[in-house]
Formats: sequence, C-alpha cells, structure tokens
Amino acid sequence: MKINKVARAGTMESSDIFIMVQPGDNQGLDIRLSSVVIDQYGNHIRNVIMETLKSMNIEDIELTANDRGALDYTIRSRVETAVKRAL
Amino acid sequence: MRILRRSMLFIPGNSPNMIQNAGILGADSIILDVEDAVSIDEKDSARNLIMHALEEVDFYGCEVVVRVNAPSTAFGEKDLREITPKRPDAFMIPMATEEEIRLADAIISEIEKEEGIEVGSIKLVPIAETAYAVESIADIIRTSKRIEAVLLGAEDLTADMEISRTKEGGEIYYARNKIANICKAFKIQAIDTPFADVSDSKGLIEDTLKGKSLGMTGKAAINPRQVDTIHHVYTPSQEEIQYAKSVIDAMKEANKAGKGVFSFEGKMIDAPIILRAETVIRKAILAGMLNEEAMK
Repeated sequence: MKINKVARAGTMESSDIFIMVQPGDNQGLDIRLSSVVIDQYGNHIRNVIMETLKSMNIEDIELTANDRGALDYTIRSRVETAVKRAL
Repeated sequence: MRILRRSMLFIPGNSPNMIQNAGILGADSIILDVEDAVSIDEKDSARNLIMHALEEVDFYGCEVVVRVNAPSTAFGEKDLREITPKRPDAFMIPMATEEEIRLADAIISEIEKEEGIEVGSIKLVPIAETAYAVESIADIIRTSKRIEAVLLGAEDLTADMEISRTKEGGEIYYARNKIANICKAFKIQAIDTPFADVSDSKGLIEDTLKGKSLGMTGKAAINPRQVDTIHHVYTPSQEEIQYAKSVIDAMKEANKAGKGVFSFEGKMIDAPIILRAETVIRKAILAGMLNEEAMK
C-alpha cells in the first residue's frame, strides 16, 4: 500500500503515542522515534511500529513517533490509524 | 440475572490511559464509549483503539460494553461491523428505537456467523433517552433477544422533553418508574441515569437511593469515584443477607415437615417473602459475598 499524504493519529497524553506519517523517499521504513522511555523500550517500540507497517504492506514511509509511554496495543492502533488516514 | 450490573462506568474510547486501567476501577461493567465522548474527527481512531484493547488489554473479568454510534449512521454501522469480531460482551445502543435495535441485531448476527461466534452471544443495552423510547420501551425490548438491560439517559430525555434537568430528579420520576417496571416485566435489568455532579457525594447517594426505591437495579457512573457509593446502595447489606438466609433455612425445614406455609420470627412467611429472600441471596452470590455451594 502507498502512503499518499501526511496524516496523524494519537495524542501527547500520558500512555499514548503521537504518530505522523508521510510519503517516503524510496528509503523504505524510515522511523524517527522519541520516547520518555527510549533507553528502556526504544528498540521494542521501533519493532512494534515496523511489524505493524509490514502487516499493512507498507514498504516506503517516513514515520515520526513521539511516545508518552504507550503500551503495544496503543502503538499498533495509532500506527494503523495514521496509515489508513494517509492512504 | 446472569451478572450483576450495579455500576456501569463510562470510559472515553479514545483514551489509552483510561482504557487500560478500566478493569481495576471496581465497576461491574465498563462502557468504552465511541459515541458522545469522541469527536467526529476521532471516531476512526477510537474505534481502532477499542478493537486492539479488546484483543490485548486485561479487564480482569469486568464486563466490557461498547457504546457505539447509532446503528443507522455510517459511524454506527462501521462500529458494529468492525468491533463485533473482537467479541465485546455487549453493545450499548444510543437513541434506541425498534429500528435501531433491529438493525444492530441484524449486523451483529451477520458478523457473528461470519466469524464463527455463537449467534446471540453478544448482548445489547439500549439507551432510553427520548420520550418515544420511554413510551415504547416494551416494544424496543421485544425487538431483540439480546437485550439484557436498559439504561435510562436522562440528559437527552429531558432535552427531548424540553424540561430542566434538576438534581432532585422529580422530572424523571415517571421515566424511572416506567423503565424499572417494564424491565422487571421482561426480567431484565434497569440501569439508572448517571449523576452528573461528580463532586457531590451526598447528592449521589440520594439520587442512587431514589432510583433503587423505584426498582432500578444499577446505575451508570461517569467517574470512578462514583462506583463505591453506587455499589454500597445496590449491594445487599449483611443484615439483609443474614435475614434472607434464615428465611431460606426456615423454608427448607418447613418443606421437610411438609408445611406449605410457615411462620418465622413470629411472622407468616409466604411466596413474596421467599422470592425476596431468594433475590437477596442471588445478588449476594453474584457480588461474591456468599458462596453458591454453601447455599445448596
């Protein structure tokens, strides 16, 4: 699936994650993550985002994530919503 | 009565922080709300979050109800189609009419069949929040076998009636009475409207007692702080349980002795008193205050 436009999902509230997606520049899955728990869970959050994008057949995207301590179900959900809004 | 619904606590459907903590707030039911608590621009986001929460969040045995948008709207149909496969315990249907309930039932049945879910297992709780719904509540209940409870929605009802909503609640006396009576006739639960002033604990007690005195069996809550008070009113007291147990024990003795009517503590015990005692015992068992095995 192809990302056609800029879209956002989520909030900056505690336990949430704010996701912004936009069309990629043929760089594959370009993820820029900031998080209040980046040292402890940065790799895990990144993996959850990658898996979600792959499950949606997204191959080229620029994704910015600002995490406020979201659990996996919230990360998956916000990524899915942002991508669906960008199609 | 399959489960107790002393309290049904509304949780905004687009708030991960509240959703993932909802199961530990003590309510019998939680209502993940994708209707009034969510702006039009965020309906898709809340719907998706609820879908994932139903799959992954532990609600610790709490009943999980999803308040969808009206089934006849594009949002509502999508809510039902996408959330049904995630198996919530029930859907709450706003602005209930026979047509809205019929539509919800048909959509859920279709998805249940497709997904291999037992047809009819997902329940419905219509909200009576218009003058029409209050007057037609018996017909609305007859529309679907899924209906296990009705919630009275007094804010929208009084707006529809063009009357003021007061803390005293005199203006909803008739609606409470009617909903409680009809629900009792159908042997389903009658859930009272929420008390809006979350900082007025005395007012909450009085309002909850008013509903209970008219036959309501539980109350919706809009803040976790309201749950304990509501449970205190709708849970049988130790004295009530003890008296009910004594009546049941006396009845068993009388039955053994072949007596149809008997006296207990100087009072003649007949069918209505036994029925009342059995109801208290059943509620106490469901509330975890009595062991079912010990009552056999």
